[in-house]
Amino acid sequence: MSRSPIERQIESSPIDGKIVFKIKGLTKVYGMGEIMVHALRGVDLDFYSSELVVLLGPSGSGKSTLLNILGGLDTATSGQVTYRERDLTRANEHDLTEYRRFHVGFVFQFYNLIPSLTALENVAVVTEIATHPMKPEDALKIVGLGERLHHFPAQLSGGEQQRVAIARAIAKNPEVLLCDEPTGALDLATGVVVLEALERVNRELGTTTVIITHNSGIADMADRVVHLSNGLISEVVQHTVKKRPGELQW
Amino acid sequence: MKGQVFAIVLIIVSGVATYVMLISTMNSLNQTRDRFYLEYGFAEVFASLKRAPEDLKTQISKIPGVEHVETRVVADVKLDIPGFDEPVTGRLVSVPDHGKPLLNKLHIRKGRSVEPLREDEVVVSETFAEAHKMSLGDRFGAVINGRWKTLVVVGTALSPEFVLQVRPGAISPDFKRYAVLWMGREALGTAYDMKGAFNDVLLTLSPAAKTSEVLIQLDGLLARYGGLGSYERKDQMSHRFLTEEFRQLERSSKVFPLIFVAVAVFLLNVVINRTIQIQREQIAILKAFGYSHLDIGFHYFQMVLLVVLFGVAGGIGVGVWFGKGLGNIYMEFYRFPYLIYELEWNVVMTAVLINLGSALLGTFHSLRKASMLPPAEAMRPEPPARYRKTIIEHLRLWHLLSQPARIIFRNIERRPIKSCLSIAGIALACAILIAAIFWKDAVDFMVEVQFKLSQKEDLAVTFVEPTSRKAIYELNGLKGVQYAEPYRSVPAKFRFEHRSYRTVIRGIESGSRLHSLLNTDLKPVELPPEGIVLTDYLGTLLGIQPGDQLTIEVLEGARPVRQVPVVGLINQYIGVMGYMDMNALNVLMREDSAISGANLMVDPLHQTDLYKKLIQMPRVVGAVVREDEIRNFYETQAEAFLFFTFIATLLAGTIAFGVVYNSARITLSERSRELASLRVLGYTRAEISYILLGELGLFTLVAIPLGLVGGRVICTYLAATMGSDLFRIPVVVYPATYSLAATVVVVSAFLSSLIVRHRLDHLDLVAVLKTKE
Ligand SMILES: Nc1ncnc2c1ncn2[C@@H]1O[C@H](COP(=O)(O)OP(=O)(O)OP(=O)(O)O)[C@@H](O)[C@H]1O
Ligand SMILES: [Mg+2]
Repeated sequence: MSRSPIERQIESSPIDGKIVFKIKGLTKVYGMGEIMVHALRGVDLDFYSSELVVLLGPSGSGKSTLLNILGGLDTATSGQVTYRERDLTRANEHDLTEYRRFHVGFVFQFYNLIPSLTALENVAVVTEIATHPMKPEDALKIVGLGERLHHFPAQLSGGEQQRVAIARAIAKNPEVLLCDEPTGALDLATGVVVLEALERVNRELGTTTVIITHNSGIADMADRVVHLSNGLISEVVQHTVKKRPGELQW
Repeated sequence: MKGQVFAIVLIIVSGVATYVMLISTMNSLNQTRDRFYLEYGFAEVFASLKRAPEDLKTQISKIPGVEHVETRVVADVKLDIPGFDEPVTGRLVSVPDHGKPLLNKLHIRKGRSVEPLREDEVVVSETFAEAHKMSLGDRFGAVINGRWKTLVVVGTALSPEFVLQVRPGAISPDFKRYAVLWMGREALGTAYDMKGAFNDVLLTLSPAAKTSEVLIQLDGLLARYGGLGSYERKDQMSHRFLTEEFRQLERSSKVFPLIFVAVAVFLLNVVINRTIQIQREQIAILKAFGYSHLDIGFHYFQMVLLVVLFGVAGGIGVGVWFGKGLGNIYMEFYRFPYLIYELEWNVVMTAVLINLGSALLGTFHSLRKASMLPPAEAMRPEPPARYRKTIIEHLRLWHLLSQPARIIFRNIERRPIKSCLSIAGIALACAILIAAIFWKDAVDFMVEVQFKLSQKEDLAVTFVEPTSRKAIYELNGLKGVQYAEPYRSVPAKFRFEHRSYRTVIRGIESGSRLHSLLNTDLKPVELPPEGIVLTDYLGTLLGIQPGDQLTIEVLEGARPVRQVPVVGLINQYIGVMGYMDMNALNVLMREDSAISGANLMVDPLHQTDLYKKLIQMPRVVGAVVREDEIRNFYETQAEAFLFFTFIATLLAGTIAFGVVYNSARITLSERSRELASLRVLGYTRAEISYILLGELGLFTLVAIPLGLVGGRVICTYLAATMGSDLFRIPVVVYPATYSLAATVVVVSAFLSSLIVRHRLDHLDLVAVLKTKE
């Protein structure tokens, strides 16, 4: 009996409702001296295994700041963030690099692919250094790009490039996938394709997924929607029914 | 950008400094020499002879074109310097007893000139006095025409005739073992049986005179009196050496700065290009506001201008500083009463024009592109870089390469020209270092060949005049002499077709143990029993081949003129001459086995006693200890070697540093986004450094062997253009020089990567990801 690589991945991913991130009293202040920007003013929030969370909020409300701290790209000013048993707020540069390397996948508004590498190689960049990666070809199949393995980024459309970025983010089998406005630079139809890819990864691999967006329509595909405003959580909405990306309206 | 501009300025500084240093030193020495010659009446024609009556002077002055005539007595002497055990020889030159000499006047540095008719007073050359720390009033012994005499130092002096004081036949000045002494004409004439006679004559000529005509007529007059052949100033020993040195300086001043200019222009072009790329949008906005093409072009032109002017200004400053240092080093060898250091305007102008011209030529394309950029297009971001699969991807090995390695290769191949130029730049750094210091190797090798392979004696003894072969037995009988081998040395003029050359024929005994002739492979060759063998360079000078008949005009004894077949050419780096079997030479001279001197092997234990004995032997006029000669050679050159090695290392380091640093910074600026992305994906600092610096490491690795080969090519060129009848420079580069060059390049590359690495470690990941590509 032959099974698809995706089915195998499902078995190995625990969907246990356990806490992945525990955030307590998180603050972030930018700038020193006269002008201080309080980007986060005391955030308390937990993320659970395998859930898909959408972060909404006006521009400047601190969404990206929160996501970057979760992803180990930035450090908190005070408060605590733990990932599983790890205290990210106390981690040093070396630990954070290791954390990003093995546990987190990122997707950004700008795809940030390596222009000198083909789609396949852009994914291999990550699988090469991961401990339990999937095959790069399989990651690209998940995002529907199994046919474009040997094209360079410059030969791909924006949506295709973003899907390569997603394939690259998931190829290491990360426990969390952090996406900052993944559809921000795309048109509607392309955006849907990208969201479908994300939704599929979340559903089939059970990867905890956090998506920042300005588009409240997208919120309907989430398990939970977290609203940020002025550096604080203003509202958390739990969905019982999720919409498929194709059914979203915006 | 600041760092990069600084690196380019530094390279221009280095280039201009090298140029200014070499050219200004050459000009200064040249001017100093001309002025010294003029002020001290340096002669234009020289001749030595056996002995002629003073009356001949009138006839000489009647030769058309002759302005002044000065007759002198010149003799070689052995000296005994208290507290110094090694053999010392000297040249005694007469000065007129009444009035100053007309030609080759002395510049008295200390004390006074000799008083008329004083037999014991001498003026000593300054270098010799300094080397032996002599003061006025000091006494030393001399064997003058076989008679022991004590001389008193009454003054020290310099002379245009002995700016470089080299014993005839020596490879470098030896201030300790060779002296020039000046003595009153009457006293010296009496000692050498030259009362009312002379054996040396100096002439100056009127501006319209034809030198070659004068030489022929003079030789005609002197022939009956044992004339050794007259020669003009350009063949005078000290003058020759100076001229050769100036030629080397000039040659170097053309080769080295050019390399710097080339590298600077390349880097300038890269940096300007990148700046324009980054500032596309600003250009567009300015244009939208109504700035013209010309305004924009001018803005970038100003940048280039500023970099070049800063570089040239700095380079002139450093060059003058280095130039004075170099000038002082030369003054150790070349004794002038003063050094005119003067930076000529045209040197400055040349430096400015060459640098600015090449910089503009090199950046013209970029400047034009920037100024022509239509605003609408400039607003759009630069089209994404196109990458292709590289050629080497067809190799099986490709699949084994990690993604970072692939990034390196694809980027190298996307910009083949830039990659090649970067490699060339680094290679040039390596080459420049080799070319600047290889001559130490070459000289080591020359000495090795000349004194270990060819002339193997410990001590060479010269007789006052040709002597019977029996003298050898006397030498062999001396305590400490293990083996003595005679030689014959005959001054002669060689002629072939319309070319001629004045030198000596050396007669060597067949089966000589102490003197080997070497072929081009440095293997000893047998000297044929008949015919003459020439130094290959002399063969080229005369345009003569083995098998041709050489006309030999002997300038000694009965002065026979003979036709002798050339039977071979041999390799010799120092000097040029002819070699004959001693018997054949004796036959040619119609003499019974006469000898001119002997080469000795000596027991080191009895060395000092032997020297003492030799001083007392009336027949022996001079003795040269090989080992001393070699040691002195290295002592006198050591400081100059050090100076050049230091400067060359500095300059080559600058180039390597500049090229690597600039390439790294440009790459960093172009690819910081990509590197930040990789950091986000979990790559460590070391891993992304590998991508950025791996490329440069690879360039350096490829560049070094190219640089080593390139360096050798430059050496070959320099050696070929600098060779002369005085010496030929073998193209020899020892492994130590190669490894020094490679090390300097690697260290500079490493240092500049450390600086870039520091920046890489402080890459702001979030900021990079926030911005659009
Ligand atoms: N590096 C920084 N230095 C200073 N202030 C910063 C920096 N990064 C973010 N900020 C400030 O922190 C606040 C939160 O920024 P953040 O990027 O998290 O907002 P956001 O919710 O992601 O906004 P957007 O929807 O526009 O992306 C803003 O006021 C912003 O100006
Ligand atoms: Mg944001």
